[in-house]
Amino acid sequence: MPQRDSFAGTLITATILCIACSFVVSVAAVGLRDKQEANKVLDRQKNILDAAGLSYGEFGKSASELSKEQIDELYSWVSEELVDLDTGEFVSDAKPSDYDAREAAEKPDTSVPIVDPQFDPGVDRREKIAKVYFVTKPGSDTFQQVVLPVYGKGLWSTLYGYLALRSDLKTIQGLTFYEHAETPGLGGEVDNPAWKAQWEGKELYDDSGKPAALVYKGSAPDGNPYAVDGLSGATITSRGVTNLLRYWASDDGYGPFLARLRKNESPTAGS
Amino acid sequence: MARSKAASVLVDPLIDNNPIALQILGICSALAVTTKMETSIVMAVAVIAVTAFSNLAVSAIRNYIPSSIRIIVQMTIIASLVIVVDQILKAYFFDISKQLSVFVGLIITNCIVMGRAEGFAMKNKPGVSFLDGLGNGLGYGLVLLFVAFFRELFGSGSLFGYTILPLTRNGGWYNPNNLMLLPPSAFFLIGLLIWLIRSFKPEQIEEA
Repeated sequence: MPQRDSFAGTLITATILCIACSFVVSVAAVGLRDKQEANKVLDRQKNILDAAGLSYGEFGKSASELSKEQIDELYSWVSEELVDLDTGEFVSDAKPSDYDAREAAEKPDTSVPIVDPQFDPGVDRREKIAKVYFVTKPGSDTFQQVVLPVYGKGLWSTLYGYLALRSDLKTIQGLTFYEHAETPGLGGEVDNPAWKAQWEGKELYDDSGKPAALVYKGSAPDGNPYAVDGLSGATITSRGVTNLLRYWASDDGYGPFLARLRKNESPTAGS
Repeated sequence: MARSKAASVLVDPLIDNNPIALQILGICSALAVTTKMETSIVMAVAVIAVTAFSNLAVSAIRNYIPSSIRIIVQMTIIASLVIVVDQILKAYFFDISKQLSVFVGLIITNCIVMGRAEGFAMKNKPGVSFLDGLGNGLGYGLVLLFVAFFRELFGSGSLFGYTILPLTRNGGWYNPNNLMLLPPSAFFLIGLLIWLIRSFKPEQIEEA
């Protein structure tokens, strides 16, 4: 063994250390990957169930408090479909379970730039193909809800969430955000169950079919079918939520898909 | 003698030589993760694990580390441990690891870990270095819990997520202090804590 502080000694120590450390890191990463992937899937399922209000409807508590079996049971009502956002048609040549919309939104060949939109979601690109979720209760022929992934910029961060629409495709069932980094207690109140509950039954579109749902500045006036209360101290987050909702509801977002769906095209037509 | 040294390296960093309160290290994460008790505890456990095991590992190979690259060797060990801890959190405490986000990764840059590796583990035997890491991690954790207790109680009206003071926005009577939810409030709380400790332990007061 060469001297500790010699050139050769330094190189040998560094090499051994790097190999040992990379071994430890690889073992941890590979050994725990299955569990982490399962967690991610479970987390997404919980959020979809919460947006659709299924967890509260069936068990009276939020999906994060349910057991894995209960989530599996509820999630068996949900079917995943891929949708081409420009045409609104179902995409059948890819498996929904393998498709990652977040990844697609980042790659140039599977996404489109958002140029001069009517409502600005604050992000630069969106995916060409979106993954949507149909909720069909057992024993029912038609779906009760469709859950659409939505995202857009708040104050500090991009908010990622799910918007659940009832089968009339214009009444909101629920809206939840599963990932954001807004200020806790201010913009972070988008997670507050009391605030989220206000979305239930609000109208996404006005009578002429334009996106109209909004987060009001201050308390929403009684009887306004489109508005929920603003988040106090979080004007920019509130505005961001309004913009992202309207963007995804507009023809730039899910408009063409919802239009097709309204013409009674069944969700299984494409798959 | 050996036993008393073991006890003192474990207990001293709790109050007498607290890494945050006396040495003012590791403030960054103490501001960031202390809005809730739950995240603070997990963060504290993560830091305890990293300081203890990095001290152990550095101390075990201290006679083989060439002095010209000793800092980068310590960093490599610490970084590897942090990645392992991060992976474990993602696998077993997914919700909390989502809330802690980048701050687990940033344990790498927490001066406490590096400071103990360079300042203690390089000169001492593995066993006592391990205890020193535990003690300093615990000292850090204590301050985190102290800060988080007040921030969660007065900022969100709850402790560990259980409502203590019902909030007006949920139909209760308590109007929360939003400052408590913002990072600067942790500065004030840590300042008050240091004041408190130094009132009882005047020997910690530095010469002006």
